[in-house]
Amino acid sequence: MSNKKFKCTVCGYVHEGDSAPATCPVCGAPASKFEQEKPQGAKMNKNSNLYIIAYASIMVILVAAVLTYASLSLAGRQNENVRIEKMSDILRSIGEGTEADKAPDKAKYITEEYNKYITDSYAINVAGDRIDSVDAFKLLTNLKAEYDKAPADRLLPVFVSKNAEGVVSYIIPVWGKGLWGPIWGYVALASDWDTINGVVFDHKSETPGLGAEIATAHFQAQFKGKKILKDGKVVAIIVQKGGAADDDPYAVDALSGGTLTSHGLQNMLKDCLSDYDAYIEKQLAAGLTTDSVQPAETVAAADSTDSLTNNQ
Amino acid sequence: MSEVKEKEPLFSAKNLKLLTNPFSQENPIAVQILGICSALAVTAKLKPAFVMALSVMVVTGFSSMIISLIRKGIPSRIRIIVQLVVVAALVILVDQILKAYVYDVSKQLSVFVGLIITNCIIMGRIEAFALGNKPWPSFLDGIGNGIGYGIVLIILGFFRELLGAGTLWGYRIIPESWYVANGGFYENNALMLLPPMALIGVGLIIWVHRSFNKNLIEKK
Repeated sequence: MSNKKFKCTVCGYVHEGDSAPATCPVCGAPASKFEQEKPQGAKMNKNSNLYIIAYASIMVILVAAVLTYASLSLAGRQNENVRIEKMSDILRSIGEGTEADKAPDKAKYITEEYNKYITDSYAINVAGDRIDSVDAFKLLTNLKAEYDKAPADRLLPVFVSKNAEGVVSYIIPVWGKGLWGPIWGYVALASDWDTINGVVFDHKSETPGLGAEIATAHFQAQFKGKKILKDGKVVAIIVQKGGAADDDPYAVDALSGGTLTSHGLQNMLKDCLSDYDAYIEKQLAAGLTTDSVQPAETVAAADSTDSLTNNQ
Repeated sequence: MSEVKEKEPLFSAKNLKLLTNPFSQENPIAVQILGICSALAVTAKLKPAFVMALSVMVVTGFSSMIISLIRKGIPSRIRIIVQLVVVAALVILVDQILKAYVYDVSKQLSVFVGLIITNCIIMGRIEAFALGNKPWPSFLDGIGNGIGYGIVLIILGFFRELLGAGTLWGYRIIPESWYVANGGFYENNALMLLPPMALIGVGLIIWVHRSFNKNLIEKK
């Protein structure tokens, strides 16, 4: 039995046996011209196709396993972060939840604040009907999917809040396209469905220092007190290049160097708020017949009774 | 460094040199001119620049070490792909961990973390060093280059944020009352926030760096 191989260096003839043949049967070269070939397995040929395919397959499976494990084990925390962030954004649009960075347990603080100030949430459709069977907060996790649907199929969330001073706001989430990626935000409307009580905007990948400035308090503060309705229809807000006139209730200053993000923001407000047009109209119509002369005190009084019942 | 012996102390002079050389004499950005693209993209503000520097350091260090550990088994025909897989896997891990534990920062970095994969420093160090050296020196070399990269990022981020936005780490440095809009005399230089100025900034850093390190100036 022999499994050694000897290769003639002159002609390439391969001889199998215990030792090299005296002369090469093909070219007649002497035994000294033969070289022993390393047996297969002892040293793998790292450039053989089989080795490469096996190496690549094993590597890919290993890496995939590690990444899957990491992704699954971190998913809980990540989803929780996203949930807390959404709650925090909703709260910020009405000026609450501002102590989050100082709170020892941010998640707990935000959840408590959210439960305290957000009194109701529901979905509406473009026709202006209220739909209670849907979890409004769940709609937030995939707002894009709703806006990708045909307008008639969209389910749009509304959050009703009452802040520490008893001011009622209707919070409408908005979603749109910036320059590099999605931008989104929350618009808190006063109970007249017209005046903006506050806004929060955020973005995925706008240019830092330019378009990304939409996420700063400085930019968002401009929106407070602006109006979205003209003759009962949503006109939204113009993000004005070169600066808006101070007394113009329908315009804010655009971002210098962030023109495309500013445009995206303007379109986002227009497109998203327009979908609430029918609902706002119905609300206003209902409001004008039942409590058209409801002063702000009533709201505050209702709040104090609420807090009393909560304390008991 | 293939002659490094088993018994050699972990921080021998030779190994320390691997770690500290890229800080200045072999700085990846200023001398090797690697990783310029990301240095321009993430340095508009100081905080993302810092977290980016830290993430790159982790990825360069561990990718160099892992590649060095498996260097003898890598088929040379697909070695770039193998390196990419290792680097990409590490980047995804870093991204996932940032998302889970420092969500706010990860949101700021967003796309830039993914772009670590394309950072020339990582592939450059793996090709030039890790493929031919033992894991520990490779790890030090990777970490050193990550720090060298980070130093330049932080210098750039410092000046760009200060001159471009008047803040540092998000805190206001230049008082609001100085601004023309508030009746002052000062205005932010918006050019600082744009990538072209970052490139000029890198050029200035290289200039200053070379004027202090005459040995780096190419002979005519």
